[in-house]
Amino acid sequence: MTPTPATAEVLVVPAPVAARRRARGWWRRLTAVGDSTPATVGVAVILFWLTMAALAPVVAPYAPNATDLAALAHTTPSKAHWLGTDHLGRDLLSRILWGARPVLVIAPLAVLGATALGCLLGLAAGYKGGWIDLVVTRACDIVLSFPVIILYMIILTHFGSSAWNIIGVLTLTKAPIIARIVRGLTLDLREREYVTAAKMRGESSLYIMFVEILPNARGPLIVDMCLRTGYNIIIIGVLGFLGIGLPPPDPDWGGMVKDTYGMMMVWPHMALVPCAAISSLVVGFNLLAVGLREIGLRD
Amino acid sequence: MTDALLELQDVAITYAARGGEVEAVRRLSLRLEPGEALGLVGESGCGKSTVALSIVRYLGRTGRIARGRILFEGRDLATIGDAELRALRGRRIAMVYQDPMASLNPVMTVGRQLMEVPMIHDGAGADAARRRALAMLGEVKLSDPEAVMDRYPHQLSGGQQQRIVIAMALIAEPALLIMDEPTTGLDVTVEAAVLDLVRDLRRRHRSAIVFISHNLGTVARVCDRIGVMYRGELVEDGPVRRIFGDPRHPYTRGLLDCLPTLGRDKRHAPLVPIPGHLESSHARPSGCGFAARCVHVEPARCTVTPIPLAPIDGDTGHRAACVRATELPVWSRRRAEAPAASAAVASAALVTTEHLGKLYRPRGGLFGRRRPGVRALSDVDLGAGRRQTLAIVGESGCGKSTLAKVLAGIEVASEGRVSLDGIEIGRLGVDARDRQLKRRLQMVFQNPDSTLNPSHTVGYAIGRALRRLRGGAPADAAAGVARLLEVVKLSPAMAGRRPRQLSGGEKQRVAIARALAGDPDVIVADEPVSALDVSVQAAIVNLLAELQAAHGTTLIFISHDLAVVRYLADHVAVMYLGAVAEFGPVERVFAPPWHPYTEALLSAVPVPDPDAAGARIVLEGVVPRATERPRGCPFATRCPRKVGAVCEDTPPPVQRLADGHRLACHIPPAELQRLQSMIGAR
Repeated sequence: MTPTPATAEVLVVPAPVAARRRARGWWRRLTAVGDSTPATVGVAVILFWLTMAALAPVVAPYAPNATDLAALAHTTPSKAHWLGTDHLGRDLLSRILWGARPVLVIAPLAVLGATALGCLLGLAAGYKGGWIDLVVTRACDIVLSFPVIILYMIILTHFGSSAWNIIGVLTLTKAPIIARIVRGLTLDLREREYVTAAKMRGESSLYIMFVEILPNARGPLIVDMCLRTGYNIIIIGVLGFLGIGLPPPDPDWGGMVKDTYGMMMVWPHMALVPCAAISSLVVGFNLLAVGLREIGLRD
Repeated sequence: MTDALLELQDVAITYAARGGEVEAVRRLSLRLEPGEALGLVGESGCGKSTVALSIVRYLGRTGRIARGRILFEGRDLATIGDAELRALRGRRIAMVYQDPMASLNPVMTVGRQLMEVPMIHDGAGADAARRRALAMLGEVKLSDPEAVMDRYPHQLSGGQQQRIVIAMALIAEPALLIMDEPTTGLDVTVEAAVLDLVRDLRRRHRSAIVFISHNLGTVARVCDRIGVMYRGELVEDGPVRRIFGDPRHPYTRGLLDCLPTLGRDKRHAPLVPIPGHLESSHARPSGCGFAARCVHVEPARCTVTPIPLAPIDGDTGHRAACVRATELPVWSRRRAEAPAASAAVASAALVTTEHLGKLYRPRGGLFGRRRPGVRALSDVDLGAGRRQTLAIVGESGCGKSTLAKVLAGIEVASEGRVSLDGIEIGRLGVDARDRQLKRRLQMVFQNPDSTLNPSHTVGYAIGRALRRLRGGAPADAAAGVARLLEVVKLSPAMAGRRPRQLSGGEKQRVAIARALAGDPDVIVADEPVSALDVSVQAAIVNLLAELQAAHGTTLIFISHDLAVVRYLADHVAVMYLGAVAEFGPVERVFAPPWHPYTEALLSAVPVPDPDAAGARIVLEGVVPRATERPRGCPFATRCPRKVGAVCEDTPPPVQRLADGHRLACHIPPAELQRLQSMIGAR
């Protein structure tokens, strides 16, 4: 063993301590969710749907597309079909559980995409200013001023409707909103003295944007990501309702409403059950956002 | 014994926090006679503002008066009903806060706001209220009250706003006026004027005052009695002359010893910081709260039972909460024995500026209308030698921060030259400077809360600076971080902490360590101590002086505080409206002949000595806007020694005196010397 200088020893020891402290910090932050009632309820709802989606093959009583012709006579909830069946005799409970899967993949992925793109644009616009700012903000304004539903119809009918395409359009239409938020935060954060200190030691613009500024914008961003996930779930529902959502026959909450809303007067449960599923998940994400904001304000 | 106007009896105030209640004030008893002015002093977090807020019961949702009685004119404010309390607030008890802008309604003219007070509290008619408002504006010495009545708060300067707030407080002729740091945000010359005004109005209105401040100098100017607070308790109180002349509690002595005054410098009478720092209120020791930091502590006597505030024998009205109050050695004010003969050894200048100018040009509007540019710096000639401290003083808007930015490369000069060791850097923005140049000139910032990135650990912040400025492997950086933390007297274990786990003084130390990472030749420090408590300020100022001696760094120290500048600097430049009014070795600048502006600044510095005269020179008017610079001498609009039209029309000549001392004034130095020595040097 080679002799090590005393200072190195001092510095080796705290490493696990630091790791433990970091771990404790994360745990503390996670448990902080428990201090806020809205956040706790929100997390519970989201966890419920996540579990259901993950375990759909196990817990769903029927295959999602299996038709039970016998049930067609009585589509209302029964012992065999707890939530009833739809007009084709497919078990609603199973379809709802299976239908949670695409929603819970597409909505967060689209939010992540929009956040990544939005952060990039917002940071560049806010930090660099000048013509970059001008181009980015104008481009964002153009996208935001467009009636989005028409945009979705044009794009999805042209390129075809698939999960990836839906993620793509959601990313493109939501990124400007994130970009605006990040730009606003950046305009404030770039004036901080630690940013000047970074410039004075010769850091690159990329370093300053992503290491000095972005981490300090994460509080409002995380809250917004939660809200945005909820909104995306609504839009996925709307797309399904308009018939440009996920292609049938696999269950899609919005599509389920579209297929059955005509029978609303006769068999209201067929449309109301998927509506309730969408609402509960959206409310869950909204509550989490409210709670996180509350926690953020308190610290 | 007369009836006290206000009496606090054994008051305890708690705030609900996560993890239980925190006692912000405990066991506080004090009385205030009608017409008396009591100063409450102490470091931030000592509970002085909580006391003030509790008197009017503005403790928010989390605070409550847990014990004791607050008697105002015989009634217990802690228990009376809301309606009764409302009737007292504003009419019998008025408050003045630190930030005047926050106390004034931005969408109402100040006249309207002033008139509201008598209209609501006394049922006065609009005409009567207007007459009273106008009379009150005259009393707070605002020129042209009629015009001021129709202004909105944002159209007034900070000093004018604070005068309006004081007028609003006094218009109802309250029996008690509570002032919470009323001059903290103001420039020295404005502060001096407001303090003189308060002293003057007190005499006329016979209101009692509770005056809260962290600055012993300001309380000495207006108060009859002083209460010193530490960790929610009164540790000493007494007549102002006794507290400043014969302080008995070690904490009071500590506060006085760490306060820079105009008579002290780093070579003579060094500042003595109070060791340790104010601990949180959670774990309070059973004995004296100050024991952990006290140099006179005797374990058995001090740390076992609580120490009550006890009268001192043979000293009426003077009380101290210290078992050793009467046995401590006699305290005497530290000051320099003799004015130092030019101690600053002339050395080759490392940083020089020649005819440096900075003009901010607004971009032309859509139709090419040209608006005038803002001249932030004009014709600045300065030099700072190796191992020396060049201090730049002046009030807000004088261009001192712009100068720092130009030196640091955050802004580039528009005229003239700036050189660092012969290299021209005035036009080199920070991105255009090579690594070597960046390493040689680093900066320490003003605001401890924004100087460190809240997302990064201390170790990362310093390590990154080391790697960028020195190069080398990350492993070496870790050792370097530990070494730098030790240099600024922090434990190497702090490397893992994040800024929010540090106190203001600790953050500023980390910022200094970060600036030292590249072993710079020049450190530009922009108001590095102005946001800190006096005791912390003393430690940081001493640290800067020590580091400079050890590393041979040139320090360019920007400050509005003349006492700190007197203490730390070798050379001083006094700036006004972007121009250098006076420059020279510190002993020369702080002795006559002064530039009339330097004279006004010096006379405005609050002196922690109740026998010191008030400001001899109170500057009238406000600093002209930078877009409306006078043609002649920039100071001509406010100069008390203006000689005539020549001041307004012709830029003043630079008069050179001995030792490189120079001042820009039309009055010959000999004449200035004669005028100024008539009043006597301070």
